[in-house]
Amino acid sequence: MDFAANLFSTGTLSQILVGLSRTTILFIVSSGMSLILGVLRIPNVAHGSLYMIGAFVAWTVIQFLGGGLFAFLAALVVAPLIVAAVGFVLERGFFSYLYEREHLMLLLLTFSFALILGDLVKIVWGPEYRSVTVPAFFQGSAEIFGLPLPWYNLFLLIVGPCIAVFLWLVINKTNLGKIARAAAVDGEMVGAVGINVGWIFAFTFVLGSFLAGLGGALIAPMVNISLGMDHSLIMEAFLIVIIGGLGNMWGALLGSLIFGLTQSLGILVWPQFGIAFPYLAVVAVLVVRPRGLLRSTW
Amino acid sequence: MLDVRKIDTYYGQSHVLFDVSLSLRQGEIVGLLGRNGAGKTTTMKTVGGMLRPKKGTILFEGEDVTGRKPFQLVRRGICYVPDDRRIFSDLTVDDNLGIVYRRTREWDRERVYDLFPALREIADRRAGVLSGGEKAMLAVGRALMSGPKLLLLDEPTEGLAPLIVRALEEQILRLKGAGISILLSEQNLKSSLRLIDRAYIIDNGRIRYQGTAKELENNDEIQRMHLMI
Ligand SMILES: Nc1ncnc2c1ncn2[C@@H]1O[C@H](COP(=O)(O)OP(=O)(O)OP(=O)(O)O)[C@@H](O)[C@H]1O
Ligand SMILES: [Mg+2]
Repeated sequence: MDFAANLFSTGTLSQILVGLSRTTILFIVSSGMSLILGVLRIPNVAHGSLYMIGAFVAWTVIQFLGGGLFAFLAALVVAPLIVAAVGFVLERGFFSYLYEREHLMLLLLTFSFALILGDLVKIVWGPEYRSVTVPAFFQGSAEIFGLPLPWYNLFLLIVGPCIAVFLWLVINKTNLGKIARAAAVDGEMVGAVGINVGWIFAFTFVLGSFLAGLGGALIAPMVNISLGMDHSLIMEAFLIVIIGGLGNMWGALLGSLIFGLTQSLGILVWPQFGIAFPYLAVVAVLVVRPRGLLRSTW
Repeated sequence: MLDVRKIDTYYGQSHVLFDVSLSLRQGEIVGLLGRNGAGKTTTMKTVGGMLRPKKGTILFEGEDVTGRKPFQLVRRGICYVPDDRRIFSDLTVDDNLGIVYRRTREWDRERVYDLFPALREIADRRAGVLSGGEKAMLAVGRALMSGPKLLLLDEPTEGLAPLIVRALEEQILRLKGAGISILLSEQNLKSSLRLIDRAYIIDNGRIRYQGTAKELENNDEIQRMHLMI
């Protein structure tokens, strides 16, 4: 009875909306991971570290500019760009030499970069955690169907679809995106029609890193920015990408929705075990569709 | 324009091409004939840069292009069309043509569609669903977009119905008319006689014979020994 009462209470809808807004960040980060996995075939364990760097850089930018709405918006632009630059260096400096090697090598390399980047963050920002306050502009709550929803969550709910549309346009409507799609399936043949696949890989890695950095910057006001924030996220992002279908952008969206919604509903239904629900959902999906919900490029 | 000199190619440890030499003049269609597993694809992929020869050199228009990557060779004017076509099945027909690196303005989608009118009608279709004949045309059309001087056509008519084979051969002859040189691989002589000027016969990774199409046609023994009849 308790469960049912919880489920149909007035709080449910706003809980779903809060869950959806969290989904936004999961989607942004995991779509970047999925992109890299699909085109470069790298399971990038360091993706979580890029997300963490995004959050720390956002903090620094906001400190530097003295807070406020402008500082926050600047951080949303600068942090992803800096993380994208880090991604560029990683791809051109290291990964690009290993594409023809075994996958295990690449996996180990990304793992070692996850550790190295973690240490670099510790050196640059120190071990203590940081926090960013939501700019005054986003404080307070909007009324959605008579229920309160924090403005910042509403903002995330708007950003999410914008990013999805942006990615859809890049992947389906630009030449670069079309080439990246072709390279995901047959990279050698893309080279055989005169395209330097190396630059396509670099572009994809940079875009994926940008998304990780954006996710980190967006989450900055919602959590404690700390060493180790990459760990839980990388697990979640991998699971999302796996249940969605490796390398499939819409799969990342679907997986994030499943993950985010089961989490927020799980907490409603059974508060003590709420966090277990997304993982149960992952197991359920994989039992029914072991290769993920949507078509994988692998 | 193409001069392949004594190349040896390996797949890992296994030695597949032995001392392969062949040459091709501007505007010629030269056959590379051989049975299943003779080494035709391996030769073509080596010329196209997909495989790197362990020994030997490849000269193109007098320049040593050995060891260059496929994309560099395409930009130099050499384009390989694989026997299994490998069109980009997730993209539309139009996008398959559209994403190709274009070396010159001479070739564009319009010109490819003029050569293969059937492709124009299915321009917006996802390439994965095309018929075998359409895929074969698209693979050649895609290569043409790069404005090649030398086309490496690997069994272009393999697995196609006779009527379609005829049509494709017409187009290939038109390419020759447009000044494109072609190295064309086939399993038997008959199917390539209408096209080729000269031919090399390859067997077990070695060039066994070379001659004009006429000479070859009259040499039953060579045909019996090295080709599918
Ligand atoms: N990836 C590979 N690894 C190892 N050996 C290979 C590989 N590809 C081809 N070979 C071997 O190299 C030899 C030549 O193969 P190739 O594909 O060049 O023949 P082909 O003349 O194109 O034959 P087909 O008419 O069947 O296409 C064969 O013995 C084949 O088994
Ligand atoms: Mg072959």
